[in-house]
Amino acid sequence: MPTITYIQPDGAELTLDASPETSVMRAAVNAGVPGIVGECGGQAMCATCHVYVSPNSLEGLPEINDEEDEMLECTSAPRDPERSRLGCQISCGPRASLVVEVPAGQV
Amino acid sequence: MTGQDKAPGHVVVVGAGQAGVQLVDSLRAGGYRGRLTLLSRESERPYQRPPLSKDFVVGGRDAEPLRLRGESFFEDVGVGARWGVSAVAIDRSGQRVRTSAGDWMTYDALVLATGADSRGLGIPGEHLAGVHRLRTLDDARDASGGLESARQVVVVGAGFIGLEFAAGARARGLDVTVVSPTARPLRRSVTPAVSAYLTERQELDGVRFELSEGVAALSGGDDDAGRVAAVVLTSGRTLPADLVVVGVGVTPASALAAEAGVAIEGDGGIAVDGSLRTSDSAIFAIGDCASFPSLHAGRRMRLESVQNATDHARHAAAVLLGQDPGPYAELPWFWSHQGKVKLQIAGLSRPGVSTVLRGDPASGKFSVFAFDDGELVSVESVNSPADHLAARRLLAAGAALSPDEAADLAFDLKAYSRAAPVPA
Ligand SMILES: Cc1cc2nc3c(=O)[nH]c(=O)nc-3n(C[C@H](O)[C@H](O)[C@H](O)COP(=O)(O)OP(=O)(O)OC[C@H]3O[C@@H](n4cnc5c(N)ncnc54)[C@H](O)[C@@H]3O)c2cc1C
Ligand code: FES
Repeated sequence: MPTITYIQPDGAELTLDASPETSVMRAAVNAGVPGIVGECGGQAMCATCHVYVSPNSLEGLPEINDEEDEMLECTSAPRDPERSRLGCQISCGPRASLVVEVPAGQV
Repeated sequence: MTGQDKAPGHVVVVGAGQAGVQLVDSLRAGGYRGRLTLLSRESERPYQRPPLSKDFVVGGRDAEPLRLRGESFFEDVGVGARWGVSAVAIDRSGQRVRTSAGDWMTYDALVLATGADSRGLGIPGEHLAGVHRLRTLDDARDASGGLESARQVVVVGAGFIGLEFAAGARARGLDVTVVSPTARPLRRSVTPAVSAYLTERQELDGVRFELSEGVAALSGGDDDAGRVAAVVLTSGRTLPADLVVVGVGVTPASALAAEAGVAIEGDGGIAVDGSLRTSDSAIFAIGDCASFPSLHAGRRMRLESVQNATDHARHAAAVLLGQDPGPYAELPWFWSHQGKVKLQIAGLSRPGVSTVLRGDPASGKFSVFAFDDGELVSVESVNSPADHLAARRLLAAGAALSPDEAADLAFDLKAYSRAAPVPA
């Protein structure tokens, strides 16, 4: 099974097994990863699942659509032009692993 | 932490839904070190309700629920959670609650986050097999499982939950009819333009509507009298149905408070002030069950939304932590997903508002801006998240916007809203 690694602002890391379709948000919420809230249940409506994708994991992720782009404009932690994504809109897909950093705040 | 010494020694929270769970989270995150107990009638680990009428309908009985927190969250942050244990009585003078397990728990502060229960129709046949409501995970599993063998679905009530379920059932190729006593769907929730658009979209997808029509009875089949086979309308006509979903609104779960003599509002909600405190200063009420003074509506009201539940919870936590956050003033917002239509609402519409359109409904992307006496009060956006977010910023900041600016696509709403002062 592919894995998703979450790196906290203090450097703490947690790696979870996740099926290829399971979103970064869903895997995190179900496992209780701190700092990922997912208040809208993955509808790209709340921006409380914001993550910074680690540079090595960026390739091959789905494009940011208009909706996600808009939501990324109102995240609590600053948007990174390259690395900011909504956790509910990305998953491992065919890759073996995905590494994301959790921002300092979501609400 | 500010005012920590003022924080109560034992906080008991009743209800582990969106509001109750956020409250215990915010209390601990805010540095509360006292004892914290969470009583939950459901034995299920807390989950999100919005997907129950959306992803679940399409995903079937085995769709994975989305949990509110991880498995070990409550233990990790030090919450004494009691799953499957209800609060059954409050002894206010003794500051204690009796639980369904038979014991009494004393509290220094009690938070009622009991939510709401789906309303029934009060008509014959309501308890036949194949008739569902949609409030709990079990409800959703039953209804969704029922769709696997259903062909003709009747949804009673044209509110958000009913319309979402209808869209999902239709997407599974079933025959779907929505019956509503009102002349237009979502009459109480959205402006006529949006309600007309949503109805038309569903009709184009093949959902039928029986509007201004009530339901007199549900009747069983000839071969199986215990299972629903038809819906009898008040006009006398009959619709064949092998699965019925009743989505006619909710009743706030305020009985526990009422029986203890805590003040209840005319809307059935537990009356709270701007600190979300009830008529008993040691008892708070938050989320669906609370009737609160809304700054944005200019009146007292009850709201049923994730935003309301979580913002109430954060506010009550701040009050309990002694942080003196001032009166509750968060901007209400809401979303609904019906098939391919994504509706987002910022603010609260009022009777008698005047509206302007931004964008063309025929394009499938537009927003309705509602003004009351020149003041922007709400914005409903269809497949237009940019408008929604701009609206949220403008409404939260109380920034001025004219109807002409709202309607003018050349007016850069996003840039303008960015310049609006962001409230703390
Ligand atoms: C099908 C469905 C779809 C929805 N879709 C959306 C949406 O798209 N967007 C949106 O913003 N909102 C939506 N909502 C509304 C949103 O889910 C609610 O507003 C929110 O869950 C309210 O949270 P709450 O904590 O106040 O109440 P609840 O989530 O109802 O939680 C209350 C809990 O308290 C428990 N309880 C009650 N009495 C007692 C007692 N005496 N002792 C112990 N426990 C008790 C109940 O069993 C329940 O578990 C939807 C709701 C439903 C049902
Ligand atoms: S969960 Fe709300 S935007 Fe991702």
